[in-house]
Amino acid sequence: MHEQKGMISIWFFIGVLLLFYGVVILGQGLYELSSPPAKPVVLASLHIGIWWGILLLVLGGGYTRHFFPGRNR
Amino acid sequence: MNSNQLLSLAPADILVIGAYFVTVLGIGFYLKRFTTTGDDFFLAGRDMTAWIAGLSFVSANLGALELMGWAGAAYQYGILATHWYWIGAIPAMLFLGIVMMPFYYISKTHSVPGYLKLRFGEAARATSAISFGLMTILMSGVNMYAMALIMQVILGWDLSFSIWVSSLTVGVYVVLGGLLSAIFNEVLQFVLIWLGALVITIVGLIETGGWSGMMARVHQNTPGADYTHLWSTLGHFSDNPMGIHWTGIVLGLGFVISFGYWTTDFLVVQRVLSAKDLRSARMAPVIGAAFKMAVPLIVIVPGLLALAVLPFKLVGADEAAVNHMHSYNEVLPLMLARYCGPGLLGLGITALVAGFMSGMAGNVTAFSTVWTYDIYRALIRKNASDEHYVSMGRWSTIVGLLISIGTAYLVMRSAGIMDYVQALFSFFIAPLFGTVVLGMLWKRATPAGGFWGLLLGTIASIGMWAWVKLDPSALRYVAMSQDAKAMAEDMYRALWSWIVCVLVTVIVSYATKPLPESQLVGLVYGCTPIPSDGDLALYRKPQFWAVLVAMGLVILNIVVW
Repeated sequence: MHEQKGMISIWFFIGVLLLFYGVVILGQGLYELSSPPAKPVVLASLHIGIWWGILLLVLGGGYTRHFFPGRNR
Repeated sequence: MNSNQLLSLAPADILVIGAYFVTVLGIGFYLKRFTTTGDDFFLAGRDMTAWIAGLSFVSANLGALELMGWAGAAYQYGILATHWYWIGAIPAMLFLGIVMMPFYYISKTHSVPGYLKLRFGEAARATSAISFGLMTILMSGVNMYAMALIMQVILGWDLSFSIWVSSLTVGVYVVLGGLLSAIFNEVLQFVLIWLGALVITIVGLIETGGWSGMMARVHQNTPGADYTHLWSTLGHFSDNPMGIHWTGIVLGLGFVISFGYWTTDFLVVQRVLSAKDLRSARMAPVIGAAFKMAVPLIVIVPGLLALAVLPFKLVGADEAAVNHMHSYNEVLPLMLARYCGPGLLGLGITALVAGFMSGMAGNVTAFSTVWTYDIYRALIRKNASDEHYVSMGRWSTIVGLLISIGTAYLVMRSAGIMDYVQALFSFFIAPLFGTVVLGMLWKRATPAGGFWGLLLGTIASIGMWAWVKLDPSALRYVAMSQDAKAMAEDMYRALWSWIVCVLVTVIVSYATKPLPESQLVGLVYGCTPIPSDGDLALYRKPQFWAVLVAMGLVILNIVVW
């Protein structure tokens, strides 16, 4: 899309945002391992924040790398 | 902040929500340099791939009210709510891609009213453009107010804060980058909506022991009613929680309302018109249909999970306000609160905010295009420069948002207005579908036939609505049963108004002189050479993927029959 105009792909923007979200959510999940919240959510034992954070990191990292500006030109 | 708020945000949540706002604004500023011509601003340069156009096509419809409203409907009516995502969307989306898109695309129109001008003349265009422009911007205001109200309940945010922050953000990125910016952000919003809401489905199904465990708990919590079957309870109005008959679902929803919305509402069609070529324009609705078919996973399943696991009952909004209970619309936030800790909660709230903004951007971009091309250029200033129309597009975006905000404040003062605005919107969609589909598929349809069909179909719809308002017993004629509920009434009213539109168009067309075929080239089936994609590999043909999506639809319906 718009390669001829040198436009950055939307997937790059998405990748960067997901990467950031991955860092924040994984970081929060790891922090809660050492300092469990006073009011835990249902199924807190699954540590879904950690798994979701890793998923976001992988997705975000993959998209950022693949669609990095200038990488495919 | 309100002490009765449902959720409270931690620093990680605020970081997640803040990053979203920074990104959407950044995208708007970045794209301004690529938005110089009318085609760039109003049609994203007609340069979008099928994937981008298809995801944007679905995302523009996936507003936050849609997400929360249908999750609430799933709690209230059970799996029947899925009809709005499957039979109420997929056939129409495939029909748009395979049958109608060639005519929209080849005619090079900027808008649906623009197509009516080419096919039926200025009167049909003016009727359609003025009604669409007005209703779109009023609906945007109603949605703005409804969303702000929900944010107040969930997060304790002040109504004006929600309205102004979201409007200004959407205003900035749409004014800067036009449809291009709206489409980029809609794709981003689509990804965030999925990643934010899918957590509920996954953790909820783990809690209930999978699909069968969830269904068993739903049965247990709803004794004497069937919330888990899609078709088997539709034999009579009183056999299902929605009070609807299968003819209403198939003919009213599946045919008229769905086809009217997905094939002629410019808010969604505009996204597909931005595709870079005809094949992409035909593939985009097919891709959109595949994703639409999966949306119940993040909307309907959370509603059913709430029915299965919440230890208290949800009620209608009015009863909730009086008795300090939770309303149906709070299903998604309640489930977010149940499963999502800091960070993930922020992602879930971002999904709702993203849904709200994608819906609002859809409304304002469609409004500015129809205003600029089909009202301002057609009726006020015909021969200005391209730069002038781009500038008008930017100003009309700002004015449209201000009217929406004004409508939101008007509704805040008198909530009854909301029902009237929503009803008004429904009056135009079904007859418009009749006019457009006859225009595309029947070359004998004449300009007079198209105009009078559209006008009288709309008047018939308004007349039936007023009849039932004045005399509620008229429901047995309009909706064919006194047991019919509001949704059923809407569907039958749409069906009758479509029939009136088609009959009037046919009768008037036969009574008036047809246009010569040379004037119908590029507009009507039988007069338009459709570029063949016979040389393409099977897997690159839109028809192949449309058949696969249709087969998926049939299988899913059988599984939860």
